[in-house]
Amino acid sequence: MADVSNRRVLGIETEYGISALGQPAGEELHPMQLSNHVVKAYGSVSGREAGWDYESETPLRDVRGYEVSREQAHPDQLTDSDLGMANVILTNGARLYVDHAHPEYSGPEVTSALDVVRYDRAGDLIMAIAGQEASRRLGRPVRLYKNNTDGKGVSYGTHENYLLDRRTPFDRIIRQFSPFLVTRQVFTGAGRVGIGQSSDTAGFQLSQRADFFEAEVGLETTLNRPIINTRDEPHADAGRYRRLHVITGDANLSEISTYLKVGTAALALHVIEAGSLGDDLRLRHSVPAMQQVSHDLSVGTVLDLADGRRMTAIDIQEAYLLACRKWVGEQTVGEAGTTAEMITEWQDILERWQHVLDTLRNDPMQLADQLDWVAKLALLESYRRRDDLGWDAAKLSLIDLQYTDVDPRRSLFQALISRGKMRRLVDDDQIQEARLRPPTETRAYFRGRVMEKFSAAVVAASWDSVILDVPGWPALQRIPLLDPLRGTSAQVKALIDSSETVAELFEALGLGGPAD
Amino acid sequence: MAESEQNRRQSRSREDDTEELESAPLGGAKKPELDSEVDSLLDEIDDVLETNAEEFVRSFVQKGGQ
Repeated sequence: MADVSNRRVLGIETEYGISALGQPAGEELHPMQLSNHVVKAYGSVSGREAGWDYESETPLRDVRGYEVSREQAHPDQLTDSDLGMANVILTNGARLYVDHAHPEYSGPEVTSALDVVRYDRAGDLIMAIAGQEASRRLGRPVRLYKNNTDGKGVSYGTHENYLLDRRTPFDRIIRQFSPFLVTRQVFTGAGRVGIGQSSDTAGFQLSQRADFFEAEVGLETTLNRPIINTRDEPHADAGRYRRLHVITGDANLSEISTYLKVGTAALALHVIEAGSLGDDLRLRHSVPAMQQVSHDLSVGTVLDLADGRRMTAIDIQEAYLLACRKWVGEQTVGEAGTTAEMITEWQDILERWQHVLDTLRNDPMQLADQLDWVAKLALLESYRRRDDLGWDAAKLSLIDLQYTDVDPRRSLFQALISRGKMRRLVDDDQIQEARLRPPTETRAYFRGRVMEKFSAAVVAASWDSVILDVPGWPALQRIPLLDPLRGTSAQVKALIDSSETVAELFEALGLGGPAD
Repeated sequence: MAESEQNRRQSRSREDDTEELESAPLGGAKKPELDSEVDSLLDEIDDVLETNAEEFVRSFVQKGGQ
């Protein structure tokens, strides 16, 4: 078994909200069909449709050690049958497909928080292009939103994935990571008009997702949603790795919100894996606390801890921050795979995290140029003042929705960017680059380059394999990619660059000639 | 996305990649200026907001997801 590596593999997947305008009565497209059009539209302008290799997917396996039978499973849990829906593997290593009744962009595996931001923003650009192309082809305007609820009782997800060492006891993650997820909403929230799953109460809250969580731990993602999801589907060597599937997060437009969301979580998980945190931040009642934090615009609500103490969300975040600062201070370049670049990013995350917590304590509105929920609230408050609107005004719900429109011509987030009112971490050139090119540090590099250069030979692919039809070879060839840190640019770039055909690539990879 | 739009935004974003606050701090002496800036932002947004907010929001109904 490899040493615990400080190089954390991570990524984000987002289901986008979708609708078509002006659909003639009786000719409305089912959202699944509409999503299919969107994915196919992008596939036609960029990338190529390929099958998905489901061989290693186990959505019903629970890390607690049992498997749900397919008969018992809710149909929503069966994510490993695609019913002929479009599926595009992109040259940037991402997957664009139809999940449930939404188009989903699953970003490629990366190893830094800034790369998560680049590829997450690339996903927004991909959806903008896909939406415009689908509108043109269908002759009806298609709208795509990077949000998590329709405000009428339905939610859809933005999931983060963190690869963990299999040896870390899962019950420790449950005890030590759920308080982190509950309290981080003060900076990860995307903001929402409406309180309660169906917006029964007028008002504004920090998070799109908070009202939809009903359990602390569980396997489901579509019903009775748990704060800690136990799906055990590592998409990697299951003897070494566990993929922590975090389903509590909001879809963020703000680059700083996304950067802090994944950067702080990755650091907190390092501390938990190191075993140096302890259980003393456990909350007495995690699920109600999730909603308490989200509903408190003053970010000062005091939460009950299991040990009887009472702390605010900011205080709890600060305790995690202190533990992370200590851990970062103990890391050395050259040990456990640590590089100078990794330490630089960790320190940047710590500084921004501290700045955000300090500012939240004094005046949250000062963060209107950094955090989604504050930017959205500031905009809504300006409208409320100018037009004398109550929180039940439809216009405010429209602003909430249209803040997240992926099309830059309509996006209110983009309007803020254009006026220099949101700070950024990446520029548009970098986002465009991330739309087309894979990250260099993971197997996504191999996947993306194979799609770029040999897509005609790709029969199917998955996170941990590529299946190729090599001309002249009798059988389809499956290349396993079980280690997310293999297939990197350093390892395979020269081989791919020098191979003119997929057969040459096979030879270059040392996979031999055609079998007899 | 239209290329021209993209290019226009690129030049903006480079300036944005700094830690300095470009806008005036909330409140204080610059308030009238700030008000007119906010007003012009809201006017610009009014121009791109979907028409008939009530109907638009009512008809935005999603199927469940994860």
